[in-house]
Amino acid sequence: MRDNAFKDPRREYYLFLSRLGFAVFLVLLMVGGILWRYYHLQIVEHDRFATQSESNRVHVRPSPPTRGLIYDRNGVLLADNQAGLTLSIVVERADDLDQLLKELDALLGLEAEELDRFKKQALRRKPYEPVPLRINLTEREQSLLAVNEYRLNGVEITAQLVRYYPHAELFSHLLGYVGRINERELPELDPVRYSGTYVIGKTGVEKFYEDQLLGQVGYDYVETNARGRVMRVLERIPPAVGQDLTLNVDIRLQQVAYEALEGERGAVVALDVKTGGVLAMASRPGFDTNLFVTGISHKDYNALLNDQDHPLFDRVLQGQYPPGSTVKPVFGFAALETGVMTPDSTIFDPGFFRLPNSTHKYRDWKKGGHGARIDLHDAIVQSCDTYFYTAGVKMGIDSLHYYGTKFGFGEPTGIDLPAERGGLMPSREWKRGVRGVSWYPGDTVNTSIGQGFMLATPLQLAVSASRLANRGEIREPRLVMKVGDEPVASPVSDKPIVGPPEHWDAVIEAMRDVVHGQRGTAKIIARDLNYLIAGKTGTAQVVGIRQGETYKAEELEKRQRDHALFIAFAPADDPEIAVGIIVENGEHGSSTAAPIARKLFDTYMAITYPEEFARVPD
Amino acid sequence: MYQTDYVRRMKPEGSGLYGGTRWQGLSVDVPLLVLLLVLAGTGLFVLAGASADAPAYVFRQAVYMGVGFVIMLVTAQFSPRFLRRWAVLPYLAGIILLLAVLVVGTGAKGAQRWLDLGFFRFQPSEILKIASPLMLASYLGQRHLPPRFKHVLVSLILLALPAIMVGLQPDLGTAILITAAGLFVLFLAGLEKRYIAGAIVTVVAIAPVFWLYLLRDYQRQRILTLLDPQADKLGAGWNIIQSTTAIGSGGLYGKGWQQGTQSQLDFLPESHTDFIIAVLGEEFGLVGVLGLMSLYLLVIARGLVISVNARTMFGRLLAGSITLTFFVYIFVNMGMVSGILPVVGVPLPFVSYGGTAIVTLMLGFGMLMSISTEKQRN
Repeated sequence: MRDNAFKDPRREYYLFLSRLGFAVFLVLLMVGGILWRYYHLQIVEHDRFATQSESNRVHVRPSPPTRGLIYDRNGVLLADNQAGLTLSIVVERADDLDQLLKELDALLGLEAEELDRFKKQALRRKPYEPVPLRINLTEREQSLLAVNEYRLNGVEITAQLVRYYPHAELFSHLLGYVGRINERELPELDPVRYSGTYVIGKTGVEKFYEDQLLGQVGYDYVETNARGRVMRVLERIPPAVGQDLTLNVDIRLQQVAYEALEGERGAVVALDVKTGGVLAMASRPGFDTNLFVTGISHKDYNALLNDQDHPLFDRVLQGQYPPGSTVKPVFGFAALETGVMTPDSTIFDPGFFRLPNSTHKYRDWKKGGHGARIDLHDAIVQSCDTYFYTAGVKMGIDSLHYYGTKFGFGEPTGIDLPAERGGLMPSREWKRGVRGVSWYPGDTVNTSIGQGFMLATPLQLAVSASRLANRGEIREPRLVMKVGDEPVASPVSDKPIVGPPEHWDAVIEAMRDVVHGQRGTAKIIARDLNYLIAGKTGTAQVVGIRQGETYKAEELEKRQRDHALFIAFAPADDPEIAVGIIVENGEHGSSTAAPIARKLFDTYMAITYPEEFARVPD
Repeated sequence: MYQTDYVRRMKPEGSGLYGGTRWQGLSVDVPLLVLLLVLAGTGLFVLAGASADAPAYVFRQAVYMGVGFVIMLVTAQFSPRFLRRWAVLPYLAGIILLLAVLVVGTGAKGAQRWLDLGFFRFQPSEILKIASPLMLASYLGQRHLPPRFKHVLVSLILLALPAIMVGLQPDLGTAILITAAGLFVLFLAGLEKRYIAGAIVTVVAIAPVFWLYLLRDYQRQRILTLLDPQADKLGAGWNIIQSTTAIGSGGLYGKGWQQGTQSQLDFLPESHTDFIIAVLGEEFGLVGVLGLMSLYLLVIARGLVISVNARTMFGRLLAGSITLTFFVYIFVNMGMVSGILPVVGVPLPFVSYGGTAIVTLMLGFGMLMSISTEKQRN
């Protein structure tokens, strides 16, 4: 206590008190500062922080709708959805994306195209949106991922429905397929409707009815923690399932059509004459559409592309062939309508036709000709070219073009499928516009037997047969019978082909005798036939035959042989079903194409009238 | 000892609120005890609201608090005279242990703070939060006041020694608290204004040096982050963005106990420890913040009353320093979590999870009680 003598406790105490007082003042000041800060955060800026806190925790996740199913007319499932596992990556949660992809590559062996697609899609993702890397994992891949999941941060395995076609090859071009959305498609799509949906209809019914099949996207409002893990679902707006489609197609007819083309390249279309519904529509060879659903590999794709039979090519809608003699009933009807011929007028067929003031011979397919007194009936039954050369030249190209167009040639039929081609019904305008030269009489001669410039798709052949069967009713063909429960109408034109019954009778009776007549070109299919078929054979040249040359099929390569065509409807007296058939390089319509029609009709009759006709083939 | 007698005459003693009481032979300041029990209960309640897995924390924290209250009551039984006489011992022990930490300490996050005794790890720097003001109060309490230059110099050295050593670990938060506690003693002792002015000038002058050479990168980063948390949203700014969001989204009444999404869903970092005020702000709103602040202010008021009523200058200085340091804890913590002060490791007393901090706090409150009840000792 050295300083005791000098200490002044009273003064020291007051000094202490004043200092303490000042400290209390500072304390209150600082408390005021702190409270002001909390007041500012919690009252003044509360709304902003409340919003921020909500957006921190609540994330909206789209839940994709289930795609509608597709059935045949009897309810047989043609396009199904099957549960599959999808490997996705939430980029925000990956520690190091490149490293993660490397590890996945080591595990699963990623393909360059997969990575490419993933990276492109990742650029466009919303925050925390899982970006799919591989769809439909195999069991092996699933187990590999399960074992390594602990070190694969950001990887998400989710169950997802994947399109599956149980009869893929049978319906390959008709149904088409779904596939991963690519960059070309993306800008066109409604980003809201397609959020969470990774596939889109690429071809066929899947593409045409995309809108109906897709359904409406739903949303899950989920609460996530700071690491993005979903803690609970706050609200769920369920997706609306896409609409199911019921086709007019009968799988049994489709099967007959496709199997009939076994080993061939060709197309078969069968239409319901009364409704316009497509009963069968096959293009052969087909392919496995399931390959495309999850992204086809380069190898598989190249194999399909380089196949010389062109399986990816839809012959029904895109194959354009000279219709050949199958147009004769149409032009015969035109000859009667224009008055250049009557059902009774005849011509003499020496085996060739000559234009006035010309030495050029347009030959008949039959060497030596069909002889004297050939009328329309004979001309159709025996497929006399000279008759139609004569009638065609008399009518002129304008009439051929008018009636050809009326029967569906030269423009798309309007079927409910994408990418339909229109064929070609030549005219003066067309030739001037496209070829830059005027129409010559010789062009008319060629056109009058369905050769020259004229081209038709197999669907157009079937449509022309249907319009003949209907006696002029113009209907658009329809693949789909019902969308959900809503029937799909086949639009009927209010400008039908009008003609007196005797003209229709003349043509249709002649077509009937093509099959049932003694000299009919398709009499081969009339054996044991207990209903009536009306038809017309056709042969389309692949290689032009030069003047003076004889045609020897054996000498030509198989692929240079003529295409065999056939149009028909049945029963001839009250038509229900019409077909258009082409067998590439099938040589003769009578021997290769017509028997296919017979099989289809037999099946149709057995299905429709099981008591009167033979049993239904399985 | 006439000065104590003099003071006693100056401030007539009342019983109850103005003085501690002896209770069954024990020195206990009942108002302070009651306030601290309420505060401890509140703290446990808030901690339980921090997360769904809180029960484990709450239980351990309750045990720590129990131990803390025992330590407080035991400390309270030592007379201020005893404390003053032996103040040098904890101080020296603390310095030695700090040296040990610097040599053999174990660390976390790039800092060496812990001393591992095999069965028990502790931070010697905690000791000095109490030992330093105790040492200075003991030293200055026996001197002429206001302190002369020589005494100021000695005090500064006594203070700078542990502060620098703790700062080197580096543990800026604790260094600041130690320094603050010591400076409070000097300030309350009546440090002349010219020294204060000189100190302020010096601090301003060496601040750039401090910034450039003494702060570590992460410390500089924290200060920069304070100025613009959005600059590094996912890195250094994350904590502040999330804590201000938590507090702000609480509004006036909060989201409800255990309903704070920021803390429950782990957006808020350190939600059990240093950032727990954000949990309170989110779940109980401004009302909760005001309530807790009121409790703190009552404790501080009680501490200041004890300080004013103390019989010796040593008691006044120590009580005043302990009380004001307690406030610094609150101020720094609530300031840093709400984004107006840089983030330094300062827990929120009685609410943040952690045993060491409680023990240190309770030692201080035990000394307050000792000072409070001195007049009733024989």
